[in-house]
Amino acid sequence: MRFMFIVTHPGPPGNPTPELMEAVHKLADREIKAGRMLDSGGLMPVATGAQVRIKDGKLSGIDGPFVEAKEVIGGYAIFELRDKEEALASAKEFMQLHRDHMPGWEGTCELRGFAGP
Amino acid sequence: MTAADINRTILAVWRIEQPRLITSLSRMLRDVPLAEELTQEALLAALEHWPAAGVPENPGAWLMAVAKRRALDQLRRSRMLARKHTMIAWDLEQEQQAVPDFDAALDDDTGDELLRLIFTACHPLLSREARAALALRMICGLTTEEIARAFLLPDATIAQRIVRAKRTLSQSGLAYETPRGEELSERLASVLEVVYLIFNEGYTAARGEHWLRPQLCQDALRIGRVLTSIAPREPEVHGLLALMELNVSRAAARTDAAGEPILLLEQNRALWDQLQIRRGMQALARAHALGGAGGFYALQAAIIACHAQAATAGETDWPRISGLYTALAAVVRSPIIELNRAVAVGMAEGPQAALAIVDRLVDEPALKNYHLLESVRGDLLHKLGRYDEARAAFEAAAALAGNKREQELLKRRAADAAMS
Repeated sequence: MRFMFIVTHPGPPGNPTPELMEAVHKLADREIKAGRMLDSGGLMPVATGAQVRIKDGKLSGIDGPFVEAKEVIGGYAIFELRDKEEALASAKEFMQLHRDHMPGWEGTCELRGFAGP
Repeated sequence: MTAADINRTILAVWRIEQPRLITSLSRMLRDVPLAEELTQEALLAALEHWPAAGVPENPGAWLMAVAKRRALDQLRRSRMLARKHTMIAWDLEQEQQAVPDFDAALDDDTGDELLRLIFTACHPLLSREARAALALRMICGLTTEEIARAFLLPDATIAQRIVRAKRTLSQSGLAYETPRGEELSERLASVLEVVYLIFNEGYTAARGEHWLRPQLCQDALRIGRVLTSIAPREPEVHGLLALMELNVSRAAARTDAAGEPILLLEQNRALWDQLQIRRGMQALARAHALGGAGGFYALQAAIIACHAQAATAGETDWPRISGLYTALAAVVRSPIIELNRAVAVGMAEGPQAALAIVDRLVDEPALKNYHLLESVRGDLLHKLGRYDEARAAFEAAAALAGNKREQELLKRRAADAAMS
């Protein structure tokens, strides 16, 4: 089963500590070598993006910066995993690194299965 | 959480942690079958303790501590037997007391260890089936029951296969060794053969069978990706990975809603998985960069890549495919490859040239009962306007086809030829 992991955190991101960066890279390296992680990427700050919206039947495009969003998507990763349990175990390991190496950080790793054919 | 949920959670953690447990232990014990046994004991300990105590915060460290304790006990026992391992055991005890670096997983050293593990599990001394079971167990962390279900075999058969294979390894003194030099390529071929066997077992599984069967494709892909990271200089390792990534990219398009197969040229290409294709093309490029374009797996991958890169069936580069089949036929003499080459030649140069190849295959003993030979012949004869012969070929093919739907299709084609 293919899963997307989406990491969100409230408000503007603090810079990750070097320790966290190193730990995350190490984990990502292991997951790539183990054949589980297929793709990943970090996203540029919200302010540099844009939004295209439909509201009241009207379509509009808005350039950033926006009024501060409550939850910001910082990055994603795509995994090929056996089942949801494996996805959960993997996400827990990833989030534990944040707890160990960036005390005070709060956020969410959401995992979603890809819709099948 | 129900007991079944907890078990699934434990097995998920297990599959993530198992490679570094077994590599650490085989390094300590210098015995892969024994290391495998003791890591299994760590799993049993988790299955016993975690349902009541909960999954620990750092499950990997917990499993590693248990596994290492078992290994130390084992070494102590063998020291009592033969006071040989005093120094080793002492060293290990010191190491155990120091803070262990659990995060060193799959660093260079562990990579070597994992390679040794795979070479041992896939030793040519073992049958292909035994190698497949050992590889799935040691590299992917599958349980005996999971392997049995995936191969549609009774649990006891797989359990026995694994026990026998481990005994063979132990008794032959091959429990811990890394091939070097010339032996390496032969041994690598034995590993790749097994990975491809696992992949094909999953690839040919029908829709609606237990999900563990098609999952074998993903298990084989995992092993293939692990191999590319620990043997990155071996072109055929990348070639095989490319072949598997590219083949599996068509998974969603291969069957219709009723589960009936759809031929490659008739598939909806929008359903082909572009992420998987991109990965396959990268692996193929690496195989080529390492000078392996002419390898058995790289050539097959290159053929599939031609299909993957054609936006429509009509844009397929048949001359290139036909050339690749010629190169493949020079690597391995196989009547099936020759038949495939004939199909490609037919598309590239026309039916006359293809029929000449097929007619040379008619007396091949290996293709005597192979319905596709007559089916391809019928198709070529039909294109050449030799309708009577085409009808006879399609009828012969229909009589040989094992699948009812295929039989009907071939009979229809025979009737078409009769009316032409």
